[in-house]
Amino acid sequence: MIQLTPREEAGWLAVGAPVIAGLVALALAAIPLALAGAPILAAYAQMANSVFGSTFAMTEVLTRAAPLILTGLAAAVAFRARLWNIGGEGQLYLGAMAAVWVGTGMIQAPPIVMIPLVLVVGALAGGVGMLGPAYLKTRFGADEVVTSLLLNFIILIFVQMMLEGPLKDPMGLGWPQSEPILDEAALPKLMERTRLHAGLLIALAAAAITFVIMSFTIWGVRVRAVGENPAAARHAGIRVSRAYLGVAMASGALAGLAGVGEVAGLKGYLTADLSPGYGYTGIVVAMLAGLSPVGVVVAALFVAGVFVGADGMSRAMGVSSFLADLVVSVSLIAVLVAGFFARFRVTWSKRAAS
Amino acid sequence: MTDLLQIFLSDSFYAASLRIATPLIFGVLGALLCERAGVLNLGIEGIFVVGAMSGWMAVWLGADLWTGVLAAALAGAVFGALHAVLTIFMGLSQHVSGLGVTLFASSAAYFTYRTALPEVASPPRIEPFRAVAPALSEIPFLGPVLFSQTALTWLALALVVLVWWVLDRTPLGVAIKAVGDNPDAVNAQGLSVRRLRFGAVVAGSSLMALGGAFLTMSAFDAFFFGMVNGRGWICIALVIFASWRPGKALLGAILFGMFDALQVRLQTEAGAVVPGQIFLMAPYILSIVALVVVARRAEYPRALLRPWFKGQR
Repeated sequence: MIQLTPREEAGWLAVGAPVIAGLVALALAAIPLALAGAPILAAYAQMANSVFGSTFAMTEVLTRAAPLILTGLAAAVAFRARLWNIGGEGQLYLGAMAAVWVGTGMIQAPPIVMIPLVLVVGALAGGVGMLGPAYLKTRFGADEVVTSLLLNFIILIFVQMMLEGPLKDPMGLGWPQSEPILDEAALPKLMERTRLHAGLLIALAAAAITFVIMSFTIWGVRVRAVGENPAAARHAGIRVSRAYLGVAMASGALAGLAGVGEVAGLKGYLTADLSPGYGYTGIVVAMLAGLSPVGVVVAALFVAGVFVGADGMSRAMGVSSFLADLVVSVSLIAVLVAGFFARFRVTWSKRAAS
Repeated sequence: MTDLLQIFLSDSFYAASLRIATPLIFGVLGALLCERAGVLNLGIEGIFVVGAMSGWMAVWLGADLWTGVLAAALAGAVFGALHAVLTIFMGLSQHVSGLGVTLFASSAAYFTYRTALPEVASPPRIEPFRAVAPALSEIPFLGPVLFSQTALTWLALALVVLVWWVLDRTPLGVAIKAVGDNPDAVNAQGLSVRRLRFGAVVAGSSLMALGGAFLTMSAFDAFFFGMVNGRGWICIALVIFASWRPGKALLGAILFGMFDALQVRLQTEAGAVVPGQIFLMAPYILSIVALVVVARRAEYPRALLRPWFKGQR
């Protein structure tokens, strides 16, 4: 009979569990590599080389990490309040769309005005995107998991519609893409001859601000109280509905910023394939981070490394780049399992305790 | 207006509705079974993908169609078992575990497909299920609507009856429902809460996989990336709409199918005036509206989302 005893303190396992989970997921990648018939050690070496091999490789990881930090924070903030925002992908696109809307010529101003403007507008758009599901939850009791998920599909179709309509670039040779973001609204590059842009700084600042707000303000305490026990929080005089709406706004805004960064920092214009699922991957990042804002930065770097490494390896050895998605999803499951062992001591006894 | 009337009077409209409803019927039944036992299974979207890929792949490798269906069901059961172990035996968050299963299942399916077929210009095709009884399709209305469907649609309809019968008329069904409502009472009767839940989740997940298999083996004849396209999530909304009853689940899926068939037809009519994307959004918007309408009255299984451990209240 298996016995579960809750541990008094998770101790080193609290930090160790995600690290072990990440390593286990990477190690398990050997199985699909073997199935694909790739030389396993050489494939790992190629992955490491694609991540650490050059300064350019490392800046690629940082470039990938920027949106993942933001969508990871979006999930972490919401999940802290047990508000299940699975709509990060849609909110990212709302942010990007808003940035394109104001940043492609609607307003002409110097960068000092334009850059904050696209950031604020994008964040607002993302926030409003999650406000909808949160309102339906608080007002009608509609499950926000389903509504925020379905909104992803609605928003993506809406983006396609806009790209074939009002936002379409007349000079785009018929491709469904927006006009380019004005130079004044584009986020500056951080390093010559790389793709690294100021979106990374925005992401890091967002992580720091989120950490401070969640840990040291009354609002953060309220949000966590709602997450731990909404009934008790209500009893303690916290306006739970309002807390949900606030969290929704913050969470959606973070995801929206990810979209602004991608469109104004990296791509320069909006297409319907702007994000390879950063909104969904953000959930993995948040869970790997144990919902901690600082942890999100580390977890986003890990996940970005997996994507860049697997991409490079895939190009060199002809293994499908879906390997990266496989490793990332396995690391989510591994961190859940590791978290279980961090919370419980599992012992084997001959007889069941009655 | 006459156009609308014409649509509602045409057999092909009802045939299309049932065809569109079929994967949803499988999916809603699967989700219903899991949730009745107290386990939300957000792995559904990924399990659809796995079912679609493995059923198709089995046939493409030379198996016959029914072996392909079996392969899909087994693949669904494997990922269902993973979700069951994580949520039932380890008591982990059903939300997060389910999303994890969806990500894992869909990336595993995509990776397998890409590894088996590295670079193909157009997706290879299989010989899919054909109409059950083309000879009977001359019968007015019923002919085209029912007999032109494939065996998988008939299987879906039969499963509605089976799931209803098991849940409402057998001791097993009573136990499954009780485990989702009041697991302590089930435990007091000497039944294993966790085994019942495990069984329900595994069975439910294989039903979900059949929904995916229908897409590649009946609705289409090939596997595409992104072909499931949120159908799994729509099923999660439909279960709530159906208040966890198989009969209402069938009704909900068919209503949904009718709506979708209608929007496709209206799209061809009104396409010049309204952007086609408005119609593409409609099914998702409808799901949200349906959810909001029933949300206040919804009586969730009382132990849904709650892990159960012996001797813990």
